[in-house]
Amino acid sequence: MTDCRQPFADTLIELARADPRIVAVCNDSVGSSNLGAFQQEFPDRLVNVGIAEQNMVGVGAGLANAGLVPFVCGASPFITGRALEQVKVDVAYNRSHVVLCGMSPGFAYGELGATHHSIEDLAWLRAIDGLDVVVPADARQTSAAVRWAAAHDGPVFLRISRSPVPELPTDHPTKFHPGTSQVLRTGAAATIIGTGTMVWRALEAAEILADEGIETTVVNMASIAPLDEATIVRAAQETPLLVTVEESVPRGGLGGAVAEVTAHHAPVRMRMLGTDTFAPTGSVEQLTRHFGLDAESIATTVRAGLA
Amino acid sequence: MDSRERARLTRGQVLRTISGAGLGHVGGDFSVTDILAVLFTDVLRFDPANPNWPERDRFVLSKGHAAVSLYTTLAMSGYFELEELDSFAAEQSMLNGHPARAKVPGVETSTGPLGHGLPVGVGMAVGARIRGEQWKTFVVTGDGELQEGSNWEAAMFAGHRELGNLTLIVDRNRLQQGARTEETNALDPLDEKFDAFGWEVKQIDGHDHDELRSALMGTHAKPLVIIANTTKGRGVSFMEDLAVWHHKVPSQEQVDQGLEEIGTHS
Repeated sequence: MTDCRQPFADTLIELARADPRIVAVCNDSVGSSNLGAFQQEFPDRLVNVGIAEQNMVGVGAGLANAGLVPFVCGASPFITGRALEQVKVDVAYNRSHVVLCGMSPGFAYGELGATHHSIEDLAWLRAIDGLDVVVPADARQTSAAVRWAAAHDGPVFLRISRSPVPELPTDHPTKFHPGTSQVLRTGAAATIIGTGTMVWRALEAAEILADEGIETTVVNMASIAPLDEATIVRAAQETPLLVTVEESVPRGGLGGAVAEVTAHHAPVRMRMLGTDTFAPTGSVEQLTRHFGLDAESIATTVRAGLA
Repeated sequence: MDSRERARLTRGQVLRTISGAGLGHVGGDFSVTDILAVLFTDVLRFDPANPNWPERDRFVLSKGHAAVSLYTTLAMSGYFELEELDSFAAEQSMLNGHPARAKVPGVETSTGPLGHGLPVGVGMAVGARIRGEQWKTFVVTGDGELQEGSNWEAAMFAGHRELGNLTLIVDRNRLQQGARTEETNALDPLDEKFDAFGWEVKQIDGHDHDELRSALMGTHAKPLVIIANTTKGRGVSFMEDLAVWHHKVPSQEQVDQGLEEIGTHS
């Protein structure tokens, strides 16, 4: 199991060695953004603005204007919620090549409570024109997404998970392509579409269901914007039920995004799993069960949806 | 063309553009006109034929509602044709009510919501340092705008980093949209605030071109703030120092009188 902040940092350092334009920006989050090794190797290319997220994102846009490629890192609830207008205007409306890195998203901060959970970020950011929103599902995909974001001449939000995830049992490409997804297994009974930390849990749910003779398709939807509409439409046409699973609010998040596509092109029965309320106190595992996002609960939702 | 002549022509053009479009922020356009005229005539290094020339000085108008003054200045500087100003606020025009980087050559960053320009300018100045380049960054904010907290996040960081390649000009016309700044949420003592944040502070008459030139062209080890004392609506007697002219559109009669006072009746 891997904390994706590690492949994030390793890849960023590797890219920075080859490209002097790459800089990191953070809000007193050298530790929590896992930038310690970057700081050690490139002390002059780490811009730590202190606890000031609006300034952090604005500074990122200014660095991009100066010809640098900034990776702007902060805990996801703060870089998005606190600096949302800067994300909209300074980054997206400017079409700036700024890579916003939302660290430890979802309810990764568990017991710290709802103030530190980032469950609204996908809904907020998906509404912003021209901002690519990417949620890698494992270490390999995290590295691929970081490489792609460094080369992509436009605004990007990368959601970098802290809750450990296994390597997905797939040979998904080492290059990341926005607007694409990976079908990790196929089955005719239903399609489970997961993103980020929920993809491996969706795969576990599919195993449980397969043991009962219910074969499901599982899709890793890492690119939230742009969205792989073709795969969603195909799933809606080929299976009678779509279940979305995300560590975020389905209203406007992955669930909402998928529902927009099916409503337009291929109406289908859907269930949307996610964090539909502020979380009660609990650990990551406890909250996963509370919101019905563990493998057994996902399987239960699929069964109920088929009934 | 010297800066005074440029300022005179700018004011006349601003009045005609706002009158033609039926919208604009004439009061703030006129308070910042002389600052823009001196910057673009005598201070900034830029190449309008190559707006993204890497070594250009960066200029950010944080008070984006003064867009017509900026657009006029950019057109007079050669970024686009003066005739383009006739399209201000028209359907599909590149000239929005607030400047957008992706649309208008010469606009370094989109502004409109207040408190955005200085953080971006600080990022530019830090970027020049990281790249070891000599170009400078100049930011103009309004004064009421300094009630936005993001400015003080940026000011604190600029002071901490001792960004001697950054200059902030505050268009201190002492009026915000609804009332006087000091009656709304007082800014004074503004000089002491910036001094406490680690900035070098100069206070000048923001309509005196010699004072502006002298303040803008020196070197400084710390970030420099020029508190430019200005008059909202400067140049047209019946507009001066009145909050109502923040975004009121003048009648044809008022335009004619204004152009006469400015001396650009054409």
